[in-house]
Amino acid sequence: MNFEFEWNSIMFLIPSLFMFCCGVYGFLTRRNMIAILISLELMLNAVDMNFVVFNRFLYPGQLDGMFFTLFAIAIAAAETAIAIAIIINAFRISRDIDVKDLSKMKF
Amino acid sequence: MDYSQFLAMKQEIGLLVVFLVVFLYDVFMPRKGVAADGRAYVKGTSLVAVISFAIFTAACFLCPCIYEPASAFGDMYVTTAVAATIKNILNVGVLIVLIQAMRWADSDIQVVRRGEFYQLLLITLFGMYLMMSGRHFLLFIIGLESASLPLAAMVALDKHRHESTEAAIKYILTACFSSAIFMMGLSFVYGLTGSLYFVDIASALSTQASTGLLTIAIGFVMAGIGFKLSLVPFHLWTGDVYQGAPTSVTSYLSVISKGATAFAFVVVMVQVFGQFYTAAWEWMLYALIILTITVGNLFAIRQRNMKRFLAFSSVSQAGYIMLGVIGVNEMALAALIFYVLVYIFSNLAAFGVIQAIENKTGLVDMDSYRGLCRTNPRLSFCMMLAMFSLAGIPPFAGFFSKFFIFTGALNQGSVAMYVLVLIALINTIISLYYYLLVVKAMYISPDECKVPAFKSATSERIGLVITVAGVIFLGLVSCIYDSILALCGVA
Repeated sequence: MNFEFEWNSIMFLIPSLFMFCCGVYGFLTRRNMIAILISLELMLNAVDMNFVVFNRFLYPGQLDGMFFTLFAIAIAAAETAIAIAIIINAFRISRDIDVKDLSKMKF
Repeated sequence: MDYSQFLAMKQEIGLLVVFLVVFLYDVFMPRKGVAADGRAYVKGTSLVAVISFAIFTAACFLCPCIYEPASAFGDMYVTTAVAATIKNILNVGVLIVLIQAMRWADSDIQVVRRGEFYQLLLITLFGMYLMMSGRHFLLFIIGLESASLPLAAMVALDKHRHESTEAAIKYILTACFSSAIFMMGLSFVYGLTGSLYFVDIASALSTQASTGLLTIAIGFVMAGIGFKLSLVPFHLWTGDVYQGAPTSVTSYLSVISKGATAFAFVVVMVQVFGQFYTAAWEWMLYALIILTITVGNLFAIRQRNMKRFLAFSSVSQAGYIMLGVIGVNEMALAALIFYVLVYIFSNLAAFGVIQAIENKTGLVDMDSYRGLCRTNPRLSFCMMLAMFSLAGIPPFAGFFSKFFIFTGALNQGSVAMYVLVLIALINTIISLYYYLLVVKAMYISPDECKVPAFKSATSERIGLVITVAGVIFLGLVSCIYDSILALCGVA
């Protein structure tokens, strides 16, 4: 493996991994839909950070990772927009955005 | 920039034209119709959508130029004869879905927003095209997302029904979660190789040994696509979303989305991680297939709601489709494409019957299908053919598609593959039980049928005739499989 793990890149990769794990944890444990959405954003932003760090420290001559990050941010925004629209619709129907209301269909 | 390279994307451009026609018609035509609740709507949107899409499908079949290999945007986008063929196959499926959806889209509740249904559907199809032809992970991700985000809006189309919204939330959250995991895997791949082109990644990886990080990356990528395909540890959204979504959207989700993703999965696995087949992803896929087929089958047995039942049946069918991925030879690829083709026809026949009955009576329980053959003999006949084909009973297409996919997997030749095919075969027998439960309910059960005798709409009948013809003839007309195999041999 030709990774030259510099201290600098590790300094950025550990927070991004931590962010990703926080996102997964929040996604699995939170009971409020908006909080779940925030957790998802954490995960997506961790990915963005990963790309930028790899680009900046491992392949400084190119811009692939930066471009991917730009597009990923736009995609994340689209995801949030649709998710919030659907959550608002759910709020209109059941007057609540707790996931316990989403239990009409099971197993 | 050389704009003539857009001409390489002939099918995408055609689809975009269809989208624009439907969009402009829906926005700018005078709103002459009046719905039951007093809102105005544009007349004839369904007809415009179906006809323009039918013209597009026919043009794609007849024009030989789309089969020529071409690439655009510095090889980010590559189309081959195989990709063009599977796009054509998906087009046929979408056409059937559109025809079957006409009755629902023209119903009083939906008529005001049916334009949105058609537009969203065409845009997701566009995303799937990009996903199948993308040879750069950026384009692939854009395709994947534009195939899954509008689908969430389509699932939520029944705005005032609780189940529809619930299904949409479950779908959008799991879709975002899976794409986040997928992109995390991609970032590791990028860190290892420094490129996002499939070709460059493969050549950069060929100089390295298989490492832990690479295995994690492959696992993440597989999980991300596995969510879309509803392979088993990632299938939990399937039942709820299929049940809650409007039935037309469910049928679209279960066949078209699945077929496109399966093909994209082959492309990614073979072109990017091909050389780590034995080192990293053969055993992952092996476990996924066994789990998917078995768990899907076992859950399907206990379902009473027809849509949910077909959801779990489609989970186990996805496992069979994956047998074509693990085979990694051209015969397995041809078998996969043929399987998707047959699966489109069989599943859409089943969904066509469910839709016809649901539109008329609102019943979707298996119990209400009891004695259906006495009130609606033709519908129950279609359903029976669909079930036989899904189960793989000989004269129908489903038998041949299963036969080819098993042969393709066995061609790979290892003992492990024989065991895998044996497990798949045993599961076919289990699946026969629950598919025949439906047939038994319709034909043998002595109860009085809750569904009265009715005449289904012309559009529904056309859709059912096409699908039933497909179910019967696809297996018998062997030149279809031969021509697919010939295409795959070239590529």
